Amino acid sequence: MPHLENMVLCREPQVSTLQALFGERHHFSFPSIFIYGHTASGKTYVTQTLLKTLELPHVFVNCVECFTSRLLLEQILNKLNHLCSSEDGCSTQVTCETFNDFVRLFKQVTKAESLKDQTVYIVLDKAEYLRDMEANLLPGFLRLQELTDRNVTVLFLSEIVWEKFRPNTGCFEPFVLYFPDYSIGNLQKILSHDHPPEYSADFYAAYINILLGVFYTVCRDLKELRYLAVLNFPKYCEPVVKGEANERDTRKLWRNIEPHLKRAMQTVYLREISSSQWEKLQKDDTDPAQLKGLSAYTHVELPYYSKFILIAAYLASYNPARTDKRFFLKHHGKIKKTNFLKKHEKTSNHLLGPKPFPLDRLLAILYSIVDSRVAPTANIFSQITSLVTLQLLTLVGHDDQLDGPKYKCTVSLDFIRAIAR
Amino acid sequence: MATSSVSKGCFVFKPNFKKRKISVPVEDYFNKGKNESEDSKLRFETYQLIWQQMKSETERLQEELNKNLFDSLIEFLRKSYSGFQKSSRDWGCQIKLREIPTAALILGVNVTDHDLTFRSLTEALQNNVSPYVVSLQAKDCPDMKHFLQKLVSQLMMDCCVDEETKEGSIQVAQKKTHCSMDSLSSWYTNVTRKTDPKMPRKKRTSSSQWQSPPVVLILKDMESFTTKVLQDFIIISSQHLHEFPLILIFGIATSPIIIHRLLPHAVSSLLCIELFQSLSCKEHLTTVLDKLLLTTQFPFKLSEKVLQILTNIFLYHDFSIQNFIKGLQLSLLEHFYSQPLSVLCCNLPEAKRRINFLSDNQCENIRRLPSFRRYVEKQASEKQVALLTNERFLKEEIQSLLENLHVYHSNYFLVLRCLHQFTSSLPKYPLGRQIRELYCTCLEKNIWDSEEYVSALQLLRMLAKDELMTILQKCFKIFKSTSEKQLGSTAKRIEEFLAQFQNLDEAKEEEDTSGSLSKGLQKTDLYHLQKSLLEMKELRRTNKKQTRFEVLREKVVNFIDSLVREYLLPPETQPLHEVVYFTAGHTLREHLNAAPRIALHTALNNPYYYLKAFATVVTAAEKMDADSATSEERNEIIHARFIRAVSELELLGFIKPTKQKTDHVARLTWGGC
Repeated sequence: MPHLENMVLCREPQVSTLQALFGERHHFSFPSIFIYGHTASGKTYVTQTLLKTLELPHVFVNCVECFTSRLLLEQILNKLNHLCSSEDGCSTQVTCETFNDFVRLFKQVTKAESLKDQTVYIVLDKAEYLRDMEANLLPGFLRLQELTDRNVTVLFLSEIVWEKFRPNTGCFEPFVLYFPDYSIGNLQKILSHDHPPEYSADFYAAYINILLGVFYTVCRDLKELRYLAVLNFPKYCEPVVKGEANERDTRKLWRNIEPHLKRAMQTVYLREISSSQWEKLQKDDTDPAQLKGLSAYTHVELPYYSKFILIAAYLASYNPARTDKRFFLKHHGKIKKTNFLKKHEKTSNHLLGPKPFPLDRLLAILYSIVDSRVAPTANIFSQITSLVTLQLLTLVGHDDQLDGPKYKCTVSLDFIRAIAR
Repeated sequence: MATSSVSKGCFVFKPNFKKRKISVPVEDYFNKGKNESEDSKLRFETYQLIWQQMKSETERLQEELNKNLFDSLIEFLRKSYSGFQKSSRDWGCQIKLREIPTAALILGVNVTDHDLTFRSLTEALQNNVSPYVVSLQAKDCPDMKHFLQKLVSQLMMDCCVDEETKEGSIQVAQKKTHCSMDSLSSWYTNVTRKTDPKMPRKKRTSSSQWQSPPVVLILKDMESFTTKVLQDFIIISSQHLHEFPLILIFGIATSPIIIHRLLPHAVSSLLCIELFQSLSCKEHLTTVLDKLLLTTQFPFKLSEKVLQILTNIFLYHDFSIQNFIKGLQLSLLEHFYSQPLSVLCCNLPEAKRRINFLSDNQCENIRRLPSFRRYVEKQASEKQVALLTNERFLKEEIQSLLENLHVYHSNYFLVLRCLHQFTSSLPKYPLGRQIRELYCTCLEKNIWDSEEYVSALQLLRMLAKDELMTILQKCFKIFKSTSEKQLGSTAKRIEEFLAQFQNLDEAKEEEDTSGSLSKGLQKTDLYHLQKSLLEMKELRRTNKKQTRFEVLREKVVNFIDSLVREYLLPPETQPLHEVVYFTAGHTLREHLNAAPRIALHTALNNPYYYLKAFATVVTAAEKMDADSATSEERNEIIHARFIRAVSELELLGFIKPTKQKTDHVARLTWGGC
């Protein structure tokens, strides 16, 4: 299989394991195979290319798209239908409500001539979504071979380990296959593989080497690295295009690209600025510092009282209620300093996160921090609600609790500081 | 409507349609139960006319202000769409194509205004970019299923209206039960294939240039969407992007950081986000005020108090332009409703015509106006008698007074703008940065009596030459824009001043020292200014001789001062100002800034309010068969029902009697309860 090896890099052991499991076309395979590994470790790609190049009858379903079990089951059946009747060209929509129906319909479909005497593969990508669907779905798929009495194998692809899937009631244990992360050598090999036709493979490999040197410490996601490689390559070629440097002039090229890549790490990689904006910057050769990223726009303009409400909410969230009297009352009497703070309160409240507080406390603090007299008008109350819709405050507890609702302040100290100015 | 049950719960009342139909024509509400003579109908019509004009003006303003934003958005959409079309074999394109173009639209916290913006945005996009524009709200999409259902139904509805095919709508009904991204993208390919040959016949020429227009999805309130729904949707649609060209628009009220907070890196890396910022709502308010109130186009004016209440609600509470305009509408309505003389609050020729038809009652109303009485007292005694007794003489006088009022206003706003030019560039803004603050002060009192005005003039006397000249040029433009007779000479005066400054330049001052001094003072803080002011005084005392520039500057400042003293008189000094100025701030505050807790408190303190409220509700509910019993009899019945209801509530534990000793009168009247 030299062809397959060319297409699938650095995954030889996994491929051979899978091929061994699949066996010959007419062999019964293992009923269910669970493949897991980190993001962009080639799970989907390997399975897909394997099934395609071997020309095995298979159905590929992404579970994210199927937010109900009905959609999932119908999609599998429809695709199967399509698979076996592609010659006829006719396809009817199947309706399938329950797993029971599915098993029945599956039997019907797989009777077809084209699917006879060979293993049918069902691949469920992003299988972790199965856990949120009906409880019988996952165990059902695990022993589909047994239930339908057909030559079928279900492959699960997931980023989560099998232990997190196992239902309480027990189930058929699938064959678990792990896809380890790519090493830096693997990444280098794979990334260098898709070099642009205009430049030599060596030139591109050198570029990838520099890129990995910058980004490997923060990012090992193959997809992301590929994206960054494509995005920044024009800048790398720039001296060559201009004729200032030779393709072999690695040092010069490195000096040109390195600061650029570091800037990219702070902006494009974090999606602070978009790829199109980045490309435009490269073209115009302007300083990226001029273009403000998403996080630069932190300032939120708020109405006068909203600011005070938010500040009051912050104070109420991070100060214990006991101290209110001391902070907000003019004549608060003497407090002994020695045991004023209880022991557990000595840890910073900012580490513990915001605490819920009742509406009345918020209003009381608000009245004391605003200089002029504030009337508790309907506008003030509606402002509190609109702060909740803006996600600056959150309502704690159920929202049908009409008397004495409790809130939490969700903004950070920096935000409050910016507002209070 | 009532049930016999006293338990807590919901009851369904079917509306009685027969009763609803007997509705009073709207203008009859203006009658106030008084006699017809006060032109209530005419007043109502005038109100409607002015409101229509104001409304269309605000809508026009809104459109103008949004234009920039919309243009850049449309430009972005076009660009990203051409990115879709570029199906080149270009190396690298395969990887980048996976990104969904996304516009993050920052709209500010005034959520109530957003609806209008989105509506006009949708319209603009449908006309310029693509017929497929869908907008979704977070509350409609608690999960993926509802999200897609809404998306599909809106898309297909648009399309069906477009194509006028009945078959489509039937399909929609079927598909509503199970819509997935698959069905959506197959629908899209169907539709685009179908419409392609038809396209040239369509009106939408600009969108027909594109073979397969993108689908624009607007998420109105990004903050309220749940992470899971957004995440899943973005993952799914990025997988279908090649067959279903989607463009997202996020409506963001706070700051774009919310994107990072809602979406993990794995998801946000699927987006190609660009940022767009709408105009700040404060600037918006300034333009609205400028075009609606600081103009003679509309006869209606607000008093200082009312304007203050409206702007305070805006600045302190909601930042909402819509609410501000609603408040303006309310004051307009209230003015026409409560002031019988508001018939004259219309354009000048019409008002003059109406004066001739004023009834005796209305003439009496005019004579009772405080401003008119003050005016009369100032007149000679024969004229006083004539004004108070002769209707025809009075009417003629009113005509001239109204004309004066009109002239007063047109001068007023010109001088106000001119003064604003001068004061808005001063350090620390003694008279406010915005023209609305200046306007409020001028409405309230004689501005020249205020300390701020004095200090502002002081600062003006220290302006550098180039600053002064730019300000004068602006003022010149303001005055030149109108053709008022009296102020035409003002424009000429300013022109003369400008020429004199120019001459100064050409004549080349020999005393360079003073020039450099004044230039050095351009912009410093207040402390330094005061210090240098003192120094200048000292200097002047020692050598009293001023440079020619200083003399001229003094002249300009005095000229402005005289303009202000002549034209910026508060409106209370004008006779008949009550006709156009709405002053009832307290009613406005009651309506717009209600205080539920205070109301509740007073109500709970005094059971009499309960009774009143109860009686009002009951009478409102039973209004239609009111004629059957006399009012006194009904009152007694209502009392009895109230007392019974109170004791029932007490029995159920909703209310509790206080331990307070009952007043003996109350005990005698009410007995035990």
